[in-house]
Amino acid sequence: MNFSLEVLLQLTIAIPLLAIVGIILANKMPNIREGITIFASILLIFIVTSLYQGLLSGENVNVFWWDIMPNLSISFSIEPLGMLFALIASFLWLITTFYAIGYMRSHQEENQTRFYGCFALAISAVMGIAFSDNLFTLFVFYEVLTLSTYPLVTHAGTEKAKQGGRVYLGILLSTSIVFFLLAIAGTWFITGTLDFKQEGIFNSDVDKTLAGALLVLFIFGIGKAAIMPFHRWLPAAMVAPTPVSALLHAVAVVKAGVFTILKVCVFIFGLDLLAVLPTTQFLLYVAGASVLLASIVAMRQDNLKARLAYSTISQLGYITIGALLATSSGVIGSSMHIATHAFGKITLFFCAGAILVAAHKSKISEMRGLGRKMPLTMIAFFIASLSIIGVPPTGGTWSKWYLLMGTVETEQWILMVVLMISSLLNIAYLLPIPFHAFFSNPLPEKQDKASSSQEPENLVPNTELGQVQIKEAPWPSLLAIGITTLGCLILFIYPQPLFNLATAILARGQ
Amino acid sequence: MISHLPVLQVIVPLMAAPICLLLKRSQLVWLFSLFASAIAFIISVLLLQQVMTSGVISYELGGWEAPWGIEYRIDQLNAFLLLIISGVSTVVLIAAQTSIEKEIPKEKHTLFYILYLLSLTGMLGIVSTGDAFNVFVFLEISSLSAYALIALGQDRRALWASYQYLIMGTIGATFILIGIGLMYQMTGTLNMQDLSQRLPDVAQTRTVFTAFAFVIVGVCLKLALFPLHLWLPNAYTYAPSIVTAFFAATATKVAIYLLIRFTFTVFGLSFSFTTLPLQELFLLLGLTGIFVASSAAIYQKNVKHVFAYSSIAQVGYIVVGFSTSTITGLTATLLHLFNHALMKSAIFLALGAVVYRLGNVQLSSFNGLGRQMPLTMAAIVIGGLSLIGVPLTVGFVSKWYLLTALLEKGWWPVAILILLGSLLAVIYVWRIVEAAYFKKPLAGSVPVKEAPLFFLIPIWLLITANIYFGIDSRLSLKVASAAAQSLLGVSP
Repeated sequence: MNFSLEVLLQLTIAIPLLAIVGIILANKMPNIREGITIFASILLIFIVTSLYQGLLSGENVNVFWWDIMPNLSISFSIEPLGMLFALIASFLWLITTFYAIGYMRSHQEENQTRFYGCFALAISAVMGIAFSDNLFTLFVFYEVLTLSTYPLVTHAGTEKAKQGGRVYLGILLSTSIVFFLLAIAGTWFITGTLDFKQEGIFNSDVDKTLAGALLVLFIFGIGKAAIMPFHRWLPAAMVAPTPVSALLHAVAVVKAGVFTILKVCVFIFGLDLLAVLPTTQFLLYVAGASVLLASIVAMRQDNLKARLAYSTISQLGYITIGALLATSSGVIGSSMHIATHAFGKITLFFCAGAILVAAHKSKISEMRGLGRKMPLTMIAFFIASLSIIGVPPTGGTWSKWYLLMGTVETEQWILMVVLMISSLLNIAYLLPIPFHAFFSNPLPEKQDKASSSQEPENLVPNTELGQVQIKEAPWPSLLAIGITTLGCLILFIYPQPLFNLATAILARGQ
Repeated sequence: MISHLPVLQVIVPLMAAPICLLLKRSQLVWLFSLFASAIAFIISVLLLQQVMTSGVISYELGGWEAPWGIEYRIDQLNAFLLLIISGVSTVVLIAAQTSIEKEIPKEKHTLFYILYLLSLTGMLGIVSTGDAFNVFVFLEISSLSAYALIALGQDRRALWASYQYLIMGTIGATFILIGIGLMYQMTGTLNMQDLSQRLPDVAQTRTVFTAFAFVIVGVCLKLALFPLHLWLPNAYTYAPSIVTAFFAATATKVAIYLLIRFTFTVFGLSFSFTTLPLQELFLLLGLTGIFVASSAAIYQKNVKHVFAYSSIAQVGYIVVGFSTSTITGLTATLLHLFNHALMKSAIFLALGAVVYRLGNVQLSSFNGLGRQMPLTMAAIVIGGLSLIGVPLTVGFVSKWYLLTALLEKGWWPVAILILLGSLLAVIYVWRIVEAAYFKKPLAGSVPVKEAPLFFLIPIWLLITANIYFGIDSRLSLKVASAAAQSLLGVSP
């Protein structure tokens, strides 16, 4: 196959869409249906990697589709930050598909065709976001991503799921329509363009107050970045099946948010302008508060997925801070954190899902002693926690290091302290879980030692929990957990490609 | 032949109406009406082409020279409106026969088509004529047939709704007539071009002010601008579905056309917007309309009511764009005329399909409908997204233009309010989505099948147009901005 890079770029968006057609056609044949998803995701990885090679060899790839309105076009190009995002998302799509097969089947979920279809649509939107050449294209796919993930959040169809879906859609749509769109229109009105440019698109003599106000609109308008007070959608989205929470609400959707913030900061405002805007400092503190508060709230959650969700909010705050610091270390740290947090958090969610499927536990207080039944899952959980906290030997070390460097360089001492306190809080809310799983005994009223050989998937809800032999999750899920955990470790030992991509974001065009 | 197109545009449906009486079978009448409407559509396309290439067409009726005779005057704005009206009419008619079989007794079918064609004639006439009194005549033709059409609805409340509309509509028409009479008194002419030249000389008289007030209030009654909107929700809800789909897309548009025509062409920009505080007035009423009507839409239990209120809100957007009185603002207004016609006709047709299968459109009957009528419901969802203004639909294009127009004026707070208004649309659209896709069908309800083909074809034609013009807005944009430029007297 010798396609030009332009064709490959468009294929990244087209392949998941084509997969949807296949998924719908194979509605009644689950094996073929999931086979199509796996095939599509492998193909996607292959294509994204070829694009990566193209980027490394310094080729410029630009694709122009059409003008929706004069000067507002749907067009795509490749740059390192988008490449990084696309690589992560496409790779983790494959892994999550494996995981989802194990999870969805043993959970006997309904509407699986809709599930896989919407999933593919979301991935297509992510590719569109990653490769968009201007803010307008990005906005279009941003909205597609919101709408395509809504059916996934409400998948269960229960009143609780609908409630969660309402909050999800309500916050994401309203922030994007009211603030984000207004900010885009304002930017367009001032500059006459929405293209991503290396030095930003604002003239240096732009009215600083106005540009500062736009920045505020952007930061709050990009609701997917979950800066407090617009973070409620993320915990609400946790009613979704775990594979959705794992890929979309730890990787694709939230990362689309911080990715957009990075794009706006670097390519719309430009770091030089960003550093002198009157509102930047205020927003830094908002993000800092978001980091701290979310960590504190996370400590108080007993539901594992809710705790992970708040942890995500806190980590997203890190990335926003890195972007707003407007230094190269900050941007490098932020973009690396997109990757390292993705691997760490998806592993944690996979583990949470595995525990739910195999042991039917979602509360942290019930997980004491679970390490002896599910050692692999709990070891993975431990390693991923280390990565989120940011200690060796995991990838999170590097990104947190650069973020910290960024705060030191800009002499943002308060933020530096915030980041360090938050790391301590990370330890406090993550590490006790594997610790208790291995070294504590289960709480007395739960008796796990039973001799029934019943398969977990044959469970009816009202069967007494204690009668089930808890064992590890289904093998496809375990495999997925293994791979992402390995990813956390590899990112520590061999961060060079990631680092190169991150530094290339700012170096390009100079 | 080509030179007679402006009058043929009106004559064709007018003559087709009585011919319907001669055709006995309702199937035949349907095909004939469809044919007549299609011809009107083709004429409007030709007219638009002609106007875009060679400028304004002036046609003297019966060869009597204007301003003594009646002049038909087609510029970009008229041609654009003609296209919208005849286009929607034709597409909607495709579904007519299937829909009225369930909703209207058989013996009244012929009557229905006659009234429909007369109503179409009236609207096309209002738009094509360049004579102020002629406007009134055609207004009455379209209104009287509209009252009768609404009264054909199967629900007995249709009679009451029609009566309400009759009273309000007659007041509106009378006001317009009084206004035209006063203008005639001051200038001695009824030709719009002539009026626009003679009015400035007498502009500072109380009579002209009064005339202006009467015309504007009368037109605003017809276009259902808040707070003169009370007739609309029931009229749209209880009329036969086909009638609603047709009127929702065209009737208020024609009134907006009149508003634009009278303020910009007849009275002139400086009189309307400088001498009188029309700008502030319309901005305020438009914004209030958006919020009041959208909030009302959220609480409706009948889905036709929901979208009827949404229509009132959309009129608010159109009027806000109009109140900027800039080229961008007017372009936004005209674009939204076109785009809103596409959305609403699609949505109301889809609701017609639901009525066809279920017999009603209560929100609770929508429960679980997403599985039973997937194509119809998908159409409603896409139409709803378009109403919200999601990118890649037409709704986004007009919203974007409205937004730019407001920013151009420096009206940032208004821009924020407009965007907040579209959030209300999210809520009322999503109530329907949730019911259709995430609720179990009511206990004891009989599962229904997908809508018949004669519904699906026109619905999806319109939905495709919704997406097509949302992705490639060149065509609609070109015409709208040309019309806006000519209205403001800027040569393109």
